[in-house]
Amino acid sequence: MISFTQVSKRYPSGHEALSGLTFEMDSSEMLFLTGHSGAGKSTLLKLIMLMERASTGQVVVGGRNLNRMRQSQIAFHRRQIGVVFQNHQLLFDRTVFDNVALPLQVAGYHSREVGRRVRAALDKVGLLDKEKQNPIVLSGGEQQRVGIARAVVNKPALLLADEPTGNLDPILSDEIMHLFEQFNSVGVGVMIASHDVSLIKSMQKRVLTLANGSLIYDGVLPANA
Amino acid sequence: MPNSRQNIHTKERGAKQAKLHIMGRMQAYSAHHKVSLITSFRKLISRPIQTLLTTLVVAIALALPATMLIALKNVQTVGKNLNTQPKLSVYLNQKAKPNAIDAFIVELNLNATISRVTFKTADEALQAFKLTSGMGDALELLDENPLPPTIIVEPQAAAIDPVILDALASEIGASPLVDEVVFDMGWVRRLIDIMVLLETLVLALACMLGVGVLLAVGNTIRLEIESRRDEIVVTKLVGGTNAFVRRPLLYTGLLYGVFGALCASFIVLFALLALSGPVASLAASYQSSFTLNIFGLSDFISLVLLGAGLGLSGAWLAVGRELSNIEP
Repeated sequence: MISFTQVSKRYPSGHEALSGLTFEMDSSEMLFLTGHSGAGKSTLLKLIMLMERASTGQVVVGGRNLNRMRQSQIAFHRRQIGVVFQNHQLLFDRTVFDNVALPLQVAGYHSREVGRRVRAALDKVGLLDKEKQNPIVLSGGEQQRVGIARAVVNKPALLLADEPTGNLDPILSDEIMHLFEQFNSVGVGVMIASHDVSLIKSMQKRVLTLANGSLIYDGVLPANA
Repeated sequence: MPNSRQNIHTKERGAKQAKLHIMGRMQAYSAHHKVSLITSFRKLISRPIQTLLTTLVVAIALALPATMLIALKNVQTVGKNLNTQPKLSVYLNQKAKPNAIDAFIVELNLNATISRVTFKTADEALQAFKLTSGMGDALELLDENPLPPTIIVEPQAAAIDPVILDALASEIGASPLVDEVVFDMGWVRRLIDIMVLLETLVLALACMLGVGVLLAVGNTIRLEIESRRDEIVVTKLVGGTNAFVRRPLLYTGLLYGVFGALCASFIVLFALLALSGPVASLAASYQSSFTLNIFGLSDFISLVLLGAGLGLSGAWLAVGRELSNIEP
């Protein structure tokens, strides 16, 4: 599903965010990406989303070499990936329903199909009754769940999340993680960047730990806290 | 791309992946056009002041040259109704003998640069003058006919060059029979020349104002893009193509152009209506039945199409430059 081979990313400022990173992720895997801020977690996610391009090395997602992907194909590449952001990136000029519908409208789905899928996604995250509300009136946890509904509404094969529980209390964080586990259990590859070590330990999943742009740990963290 | 979709979706999953066939995509495409148009329209209405200002800028920039062009067209019709063929009136000496005059007319008819020669005796000239001047009663008081016998010389079309006309006039004037040679209709030619000059000026002005419309709409769209930056970023992140992001903005530009053109049509219509009164009384004082040509349907359609085109182009210019700067 995802394969990084000797990937480095150097920004124009000269800062090297990733250096010689190599790893593989299976399409049905759920893995955590951890490390201090500035360790390169976000850059790694951006490379997968083609928000940035690798300076050297090969990034392959879903069998496609992203280095060779043309600018015009990026939009179509992104439709295969659901992304959940720390600041959820919801639009406050429209309803919850319209926020979640955006990936489907972008992909050219018929409005009947859009309605069906949006309600299925909102049902999944337990917000079906909030579809007509503006996301600004929702709580932080609810907003994050709207973000998750939007990420999964297009039934992507891969789900990326950048600090999805960053602003949430432990109980809400557990709920969100449980949602990700559910998606993973139906075959969606899930990659979550997080620095919440206790939460990660409780999940007992594969963890990639980055430090200064290099991989320093790859495996399941011991469960003791 | 279908390829990547297949590659990435090799895994069997509980949820069925609905296939989007071509017809569905076409429907969704036209549906998005409709949605873009409607949302752009609603957004314009939701900000009435900004919309009104931009629309008025467009309207004035379109109405000004349109009014001038229509006014010019009207004056040109006047010019065309007048006989534009220049003529020379050759006033003969009162004492010229009829047979000498006949010989002179034959001589003129042989001249290659002359297409037609018409002779009016002094009496005929007087009759014609009585008819056209409206001073018939005053002329009755005169003891004798003050008018000389006249030859009207119409040059060949090729000879209407002023230099050739001058040469012809002095050639005719050299005859001892001739008292005076007078250019007729010279002023009509000058009027037409001035019209052509004015038309060029108005077109140049229209071009400049057209650029103004492009810039006004472009700037408004640029502000619109700024205010919708978040939306554009999110749309691109969930896989929106540039065309998808561009569409509502282009419709906004198009609508500004169309609204502006509609306003401009009203302005032109009112300007011409306001002008028609004075023009009619002016025409009446010249015993002319001239009436102002009012802004027609074809003018209206051209103006709306022009406005739409300019609005769309202005939006396109702004979108092309700004949108590439907004990447997630």
